[in-house]
Amino acid sequence: MINLRINGQVHSVEATDDTPLLWVLRDLLGLTGTKFGCGIAQCGACTVHVDGNAVRSCLLAIGSIQGRAITTIEAIGETPEGSKIQQAWLDLEVVQCGYCQSGQVMAAAALLKSTPHPDDADIDAAMAGNICRCGTYVRIRAAIKQAAGAS
Amino acid sequence: MSAPFNSLDTAASRRHFLKVSAAAGGGLLLGFALPRAHAAGQAGSTAASFAPDAFIRIDRTGKVTLIMCQVEMGQGIYTAISQILADELDVDFRHVVVEAAPPDDALYTNPALGFQVTGGSTSIRIFWMPMRKAGASARAMLVEAAAATWRVDAGSCRTANSEVIHDPSGRRLPYGALVDRAARSTPPKNPTLKARKDFRLIGTPAKRLDSPDKVNGRAMFGIDAMPAGLKFATLRSSPVFGGKVTHVDQAGARDVPGVRQVIVLDDLVAVVGDHMWAAKKGLDAIQIDWDEGQNAAVSSEQIFNEISAASARDGVVAKSVGDIGKALGSNKIEASYHVPFLAHAPMEPMNCTVHVRPDACEIWVGNQVITRTQAIAAKLTGLPLGKVIVHNHLIGGGFGRRLEVDMIAKAVRIAQKVDGPVKIVWTREEDIQQAMYRPIYFDRFAAMLTDGKITAWRHRIVGSSILARFAPPAFVNGLDSDAVDGAVDFPYDVPNIHIDYVRQEPPAVPTCFWRGVGPTHNIFVIESFVDELAHRAGKDPVRFRLDQLHAAARLRACLELAASKAGWDQPLPTRVGRGVAVQSVFGSHLATIAEAEVDRNGEVKVRRVVCAVDCGIAVNPDTIAAQIEGGLIFGLTAALHSQITIAKGRVQQSNFNDYRMMRINEAPSIEVHLIPSEEAPGGIGEPGTVAAAPALANALFAATGVRLRQLPVDRAVLAGKRPA
Repeated sequence: MINLRINGQVHSVEATDDTPLLWVLRDLLGLTGTKFGCGIAQCGACTVHVDGNAVRSCLLAIGSIQGRAITTIEAIGETPEGSKIQQAWLDLEVVQCGYCQSGQVMAAAALLKSTPHPDDADIDAAMAGNICRCGTYVRIRAAIKQAAGAS
Repeated sequence: MSAPFNSLDTAASRRHFLKVSAAAGGGLLLGFALPRAHAAGQAGSTAASFAPDAFIRIDRTGKVTLIMCQVEMGQGIYTAISQILADELDVDFRHVVVEAAPPDDALYTNPALGFQVTGGSTSIRIFWMPMRKAGASARAMLVEAAAATWRVDAGSCRTANSEVIHDPSGRRLPYGALVDRAARSTPPKNPTLKARKDFRLIGTPAKRLDSPDKVNGRAMFGIDAMPAGLKFATLRSSPVFGGKVTHVDQAGARDVPGVRQVIVLDDLVAVVGDHMWAAKKGLDAIQIDWDEGQNAAVSSEQIFNEISAASARDGVVAKSVGDIGKALGSNKIEASYHVPFLAHAPMEPMNCTVHVRPDACEIWVGNQVITRTQAIAAKLTGLPLGKVIVHNHLIGGGFGRRLEVDMIAKAVRIAQKVDGPVKIVWTREEDIQQAMYRPIYFDRFAAMLTDGKITAWRHRIVGSSILARFAPPAFVNGLDSDAVDGAVDFPYDVPNIHIDYVRQEPPAVPTCFWRGVGPTHNIFVIESFVDELAHRAGKDPVRFRLDQLHAAARLRACLELAASKAGWDQPLPTRVGRGVAVQSVFGSHLATIAEAEVDRNGEVKVRRVVCAVDCGIAVNPDTIAAQIEGGLIFGLTAALHSQITIAKGRVQQSNFNDYRMMRINEAPSIEVHLIPSEEAPGGIGEPGTVAAAPALANALFAATGVRLRQLPVDRAVLAGKRPA
């Protein structure tokens, strides 16, 4: 049994220490908003926050994060940055297929928290780990700037 | 000569047949049936051309449900179809509920393609008029019901916001109160459609209906299905195409906590567990021996040699105008081009959740061909079609990959061995290596220039026929109309044209549609070669095109606008170039100008792309801009980074580390300029992808003087370290 603090709630899960957080979220807890894309931390679809920092959950062993504060897409709207990012995403109609967007929103919310007024280089650095196959990058950039301006 | 996705038979969409019935649980269910344009080889489809489709459901509480005959995979079709229906129906668009249509070729056939399918940028082109008529008919029946209730003339009533209003008496009734009476009435034969000036939703940048749930994690893709009692599985197929399992040592899997079952089929091994990690670890712990079979030596080099040799053969004539033999002189200009295999790599990896029971099979998936999904499951399980229940979901990227059912077949075969529901998820490696691929093509050109204009144009297209497998009846006399789509519609004023097609199937590698289908390859090679001819003629590439597009007024207007918006005549720094490409495909006209920079190592930075679009009536201009933006990125990704190569019968790429995607730091700024139009709507999901490679390659020529005749962009060639 491993105890994980996810979105403010403690969950006891039956899985080995090396199990990536992604599969615990999706398959054991039914939190399917966090997506599987590559399994090698190359695409960012599985991005969650651990203690407020964006991390790739597909390679994050649950044994290493017991007691840490884990936030997923399902709860990011309760944070000021997450809420602003989601609203900007809607205002600028960023989304297409939407599969990568959980990860994009999580990465952007973490960026806004660490860098409230990111420039293009900051956005490149924070968001280049998140692939969008539909190619929504132009709007992602604009939406982050809009969310930053809305503070 | 009509290309399948280009010149649709719109006669079908001009006719409709309405039926109406009481919806289950009370209410109005309005439907119509479309006659089939042609039967494109769909097993299990019925001959019942006049069975009702059902697109609108209004219940007694006034709740409006719109049933989506086309799947949502990011292109915004749920929103666009809802805009059309809701506008004509006069309901509040923000309060409609959308529902994915169940599999039913009789009810939901896409008449352009002959079965229930979303693809080829056909949705709005085909369903624009039927959806308007469905909405208008339902509205007319509700008005009739209200008028009868009040004993007034229907002509004295109007509708707004889900209500019928009688202004002279000030009375109003909500739609919900009228549904029982409306359900007993007869649909009008020719419902009055709204005048353009009365559209409230059509033509507006209405908010996407699917966005809110896609930014908060609630959207349900196929991979998110969680039926009770679910187990999880992953699979490994023969690394060599067509190979078979000979021996499996399962011992390692038994020690992995959470592993429940190992399934060995003739061509794959799957492990079932309590979660994906257990299944994956279990699979990694298994030793599998394969009989690699006849494809064990297949290589990209062999495939290329075969296709280039095939280009020496005369092909099936796709178009012939004038006298090409006479027109091509000894000083003709020749070139050949080729493009690689491509994987689709949608962000949602292939997956399928299946529960096989003795009396039924239930499937949860996101797929572009839901009736084929149902049919393959019925065939494999031996169940009647009606006992295969398919829950279609939002699609996390289709791009053509989910026009196929190979993944459904594998999942059903695995699920047949499992007691209870099982979700089978492909690893990304399996998704890329066990896929179906955009074919490689080889093109040969010969042309004549006379007084700075093209006077003869010969184009030979060599490649796989996807249609011959996907829709055999559409493969007529050896001609694949998709493979030549975009080529036979050559827009320039050229008196002598000869275009032929040589079918050449690659050994081992299965081929399928990829975003932009035929035109993605054809417009790249055509617009590249036209660019070569412009430079040979010593002419500016935009001027050269404009001078020979007199029969293509809409395309000309796009080109003039794009050139103006891009500042075509403005000077650029050294090693920066602009390239142009024009196209009239999927019923839409585009001119695209890319601006790119090349450093001394041949690294490319795409700085800016400007696109002028005439797609006829724009149902949702913001979605159209988004599709062009995304389509361009999709096409630029392929042009800059993508190729699937084969060695020893295996795909060599495996994941996003070696099958690279464009990322935000590489993405150019993109401007989309829509030309207002009263013409019928054109397709928009694919044109952006088509435009990217030729505009980029021509920009790279302008920047470096190096002509790239194959994709992806070769940095060493651009840097002058290797000959083109």
